[in-house]
Amino acid sequence: MKFGVLMFPGSNCEHDAYHAIRKVLRQPAEFIWHQSTDLRDCQAIIVPGGFSYGDYLRTGAIARFSPVMGAVRRFADRGGLVLGICNGFQILLESGLLPGAMLRNRGLKYVCRQVSIRVENARIPFTGLAREGDVWNIPIGHMEGNYTLDADAFRWLERNRQVVFRYCNPDGEITAEANPNGSVANVAGICNPRGNVLGMMPHPERASEPLLGSEDGVRLFQSMIQSRSQA
Amino acid sequence: MRARVYVSLKKSVLDPQGKTIHHSLENIGFQQITEVRQGKFFEIDFAPELTREEVRAEVEKIAKDVLTNPVIEEFSYRIE
Amino acid sequence: MQANLSITADVLEQHNLTQAEYDRILSILGRCPNLTELGIFSVMWSEHCSYKSSKLQLKRLPTQGPQVLQGPGENAGIIDIGDGYAVAFKIESHNHPSFVEPYQGAATGVGGILRDIFTMGARPIAAMNSLRFGPPDQPRNRRIMEGVVAGIAGYGNCFGVPTVGGEVVFEGCYSQNPLVNAFALGLFRKDRIFYGKAAGIGNPVIYVGAKTGRDGIHGATMASAEFDEASESKRPNVQVGDPFLEKLLLEACLEAMKTGAVVGIQDMGAAGLTCSTCEMGGRADTGIEIDLAKVPQREEGMTPYEIMLSESQERMLLVAERGREEEIFRIFRKWEIDAVAIGEVTGDGMLRILERGRKVAEIPNRVLTDEAPLYRRPVAAPARTSPPPPPPGPLSMDWGGLLECFLASPNLSSREWVYRQYDHMVRTNTVQVPGADAAVVRVKNTRKALAMSLDGNGRYCRQDPRVGAQLAVAESCRNLVCAGARPLAATNCLNMGNPEKPEIMWQMTQVVEGMGEACRALGTPVTGGNVSLYNETLGEGIDPTPVIGMVGLIEPLSRLRGSWFVREGHRIVLLGPLVGRPTGYSSAVRHNLSRLQPSRENGADVYTGWVSRLPCPPLDLDLEVRVQRTCREGIEKGLILSAHDCSDGGLVVALAEMGFSRFGAGTLGADILLPSAEEVGEALFAEYPSRILVTVEEENLAALEDIAGLQGVPVTPLGWVVPDVLSVRRSGSVVLERSVVSLEKIWRNCLGGLFADPL
Repeated sequence: MKFGVLMFPGSNCEHDAYHAIRKVLRQPAEFIWHQSTDLRDCQAIIVPGGFSYGDYLRTGAIARFSPVMGAVRRFADRGGLVLGICNGFQILLESGLLPGAMLRNRGLKYVCRQVSIRVENARIPFTGLAREGDVWNIPIGHMEGNYTLDADAFRWLERNRQVVFRYCNPDGEITAEANPNGSVANVAGICNPRGNVLGMMPHPERASEPLLGSEDGVRLFQSMIQSRSQA
Repeated sequence: MRARVYVSLKKSVLDPQGKTIHHSLENIGFQQITEVRQGKFFEIDFAPELTREEVRAEVEKIAKDVLTNPVIEEFSYRIE
Repeated sequence: MQANLSITADVLEQHNLTQAEYDRILSILGRCPNLTELGIFSVMWSEHCSYKSSKLQLKRLPTQGPQVLQGPGENAGIIDIGDGYAVAFKIESHNHPSFVEPYQGAATGVGGILRDIFTMGARPIAAMNSLRFGPPDQPRNRRIMEGVVAGIAGYGNCFGVPTVGGEVVFEGCYSQNPLVNAFALGLFRKDRIFYGKAAGIGNPVIYVGAKTGRDGIHGATMASAEFDEASESKRPNVQVGDPFLEKLLLEACLEAMKTGAVVGIQDMGAAGLTCSTCEMGGRADTGIEIDLAKVPQREEGMTPYEIMLSESQERMLLVAERGREEEIFRIFRKWEIDAVAIGEVTGDGMLRILERGRKVAEIPNRVLTDEAPLYRRPVAAPARTSPPPPPPGPLSMDWGGLLECFLASPNLSSREWVYRQYDHMVRTNTVQVPGADAAVVRVKNTRKALAMSLDGNGRYCRQDPRVGAQLAVAESCRNLVCAGARPLAATNCLNMGNPEKPEIMWQMTQVVEGMGEACRALGTPVTGGNVSLYNETLGEGIDPTPVIGMVGLIEPLSRLRGSWFVREGHRIVLLGPLVGRPTGYSSAVRHNLSRLQPSRENGADVYTGWVSRLPCPPLDLDLEVRVQRTCREGIEKGLILSAHDCSDGGLVVALAEMGFSRFGAGTLGADILLPSAEEVGEALFAEYPSRILVTVEEENLAALEDIAGLQGVPVTPLGWVVPDVLSVRRSGSVVLERSVVSLEKIWRNCLGGLFADPL
């Protein structure tokens, strides 16, 4: 499966995602410049982490105006797989591809550490190889990961099974201590109603080799690949 | 003509920075404060040939489409 | 030329130039300088740019070795790591700016060191920092530290370089003089190195990056003068960093270098356009002529003086091959960065500054760089004090309580509060996360990894600058060896007081002497670094604080070792002496231990108080080399499973640390049996160097003892890795017993607790 990795000015995890896809998963991958509107026949798009446009104004707020995001929206509308990681998640929120918004972390500081997340929905293409309740260890690194949405909309989101990952303790329990940023109901990742667009704050590409301390991120990428080989 | 745009979090949204500043102000002795909200402030200068109404229309659009995220933020502005 | 100002003693003083230096300027030019020229001389001849007080000293350091591709004198040192790869690395201080404005001072320090690396063509893959502040119980010190840490995080995280390690030290002398030393390391192919040379007469000189504003004017001379109360009002001088722009600049520069059209390139750091033009010309023996009207400017009405001395950040100067400018401009346009030809390389060796074609300054390049003044300043050793006598008889104390006090010290506790704020994982190379002895990043597509460590020891350097510096070098190497690396080369940052005081100059000569001796013994040449002098406020100076940045190679990567227990049942072995020979140090250790109160009431920092009363421990460099060799060989042969340097806090702190939990792994304890001959307190808490704690499988103990025997290194099997509890026994009785979980809690909560309140 061919992956496209978007590059915005200020992206800085694009090489990490590219490395995981090419060297770990042995799949073709290509960088796509933010000015481009051609997604080069990619079957999945990764909106990588980093500080697009320096995170100036608001995280992800300027990147959404890039020409490439129009193409990504059309791609998603046709059912293409779109994965937003960290800043990529923030861009998808700003673009309206996913509901909600990000606030500054509850502790007001940037947080970089390993966290545990629980798979809440294993029926989408990103988690097909997992079982609901599985605990993955995947690092986070962000200043604005405090996901918020008004109560009604959030109930709707939960009812729709759009909460894909929640921060949990190593035993898989959803606790206040396990929430690193104050995110509503420990949300770490959500998808659109159709399940083909996923945004998540943890970095699966940083958990893709044993040397890095965890390989759990690989299961996410493998799920994506498998979902398309079955289709 | 200059527009001054103020962007802040909606009342219904928790403002972690404002809350922390409030708490800290109390700690250093400012006890008479009931709330602190923090936000952003923009100064936008427009070409002189625009009319006030044109500037108003532009500012509204910029504030709505770019400067704020309507999910969490609201804005107000002043033209001078 | 512009009209001459009359250059009075006041004007000279404002420019930190002496009358003798001014007389030299007059004889060089054969006329009076104008103000722009005076400004140029003042920054280039400042301590910061010219190293005029330290250069003669630094020449005594070893700088050569087969692994060294570039020694001191360039933007960064470069070493060969094999298979066609090289790394560029350097450390630099940003002490004064960080005191004036902690966030921006630290941020721009990080920005500056990153530019030093990528200006050579290397992509930065790791950053570290060495920080020193006053005691954290004072709000002002906390505020400085909070700002500095946030500044480092704000810049490094956005730029996309992992901040993988470093050190944080608290000591009274840094209250008014915090130290912020930033280190960066970059990777490249060794046939793709770029230098800051303006070669090729007629080649265009191109300005790239941020526009020039009035920020930081005279930052370089500010870093060369003591602070006083008026410094508070120097705030407008501080530069503001833009890490986003720097990230774009990095990508654009690396892309431009690939075209082959770049002849030379240098960043505009301290003294901005002045320093980059004359240094690039000086290195190539050429001249440079630029027209200031072409320089992109952020503010209106800037004078030539201001443009030449501005320290606006995120700017570079490059010399391109004539006729290929457009290739370069195209790349910078793609990254939306200004790139403008502002002049050209000439053959006359002059730095010539025009403003719309009119000459506003003209000075020979070489007098600004290689021929800047050099001083052999007076040196005087201070009087020495002798250590107190040891107490009679063996000591007994609540050793467990003392250990808890030590672990609760801001100087020994977990640094998690700091490094959580740094993205230490971006680029997915970080294979040893912060908290271990050394930071380790792998080199993708090879079997290699790079280990690095920053170490300083102002406290011991105050007591004995020569041995203190040796200890810092030895510890730095030991840290790398514990991770499984072979130390390759060092960079250093000398943080000192006012060099015009003879005793400070004495400290400097001693520090350089000791650093040189240790680097020679350990085979790690010094490839560059930085000197920060005048770290004094209101006459109060810092301890002499050399900070060593050591880089080593792990190959193959399977030799990587952690500094923590791996599994229950492993043997715990000490390489090196359990206690050192009887000296003034051992007497002082016993004497001071007898006066300690192991109490944590009122946040007392027992450890820092204790250790600052001790003299410098002795170091036997020959033994140090052999201990490190033993450890390396034990790792290479696969015997040693983990290794941890015993340094700050002594043996028992190191033992506790080895058992603390990491993500996905719980705590482990140790069952330790001390030989009955030793004094308990001295064995557990003294900071003797040349000691490494290692763990091995039971059946490999004999093989390790054989290696140590051949090296003539003492080796003591101390005990076993066990669950949950750290216990120390001697002659059948328990002298210390604590649950590791409870120790860890104390250790982990110290800094977080101190910084709980954000303002």
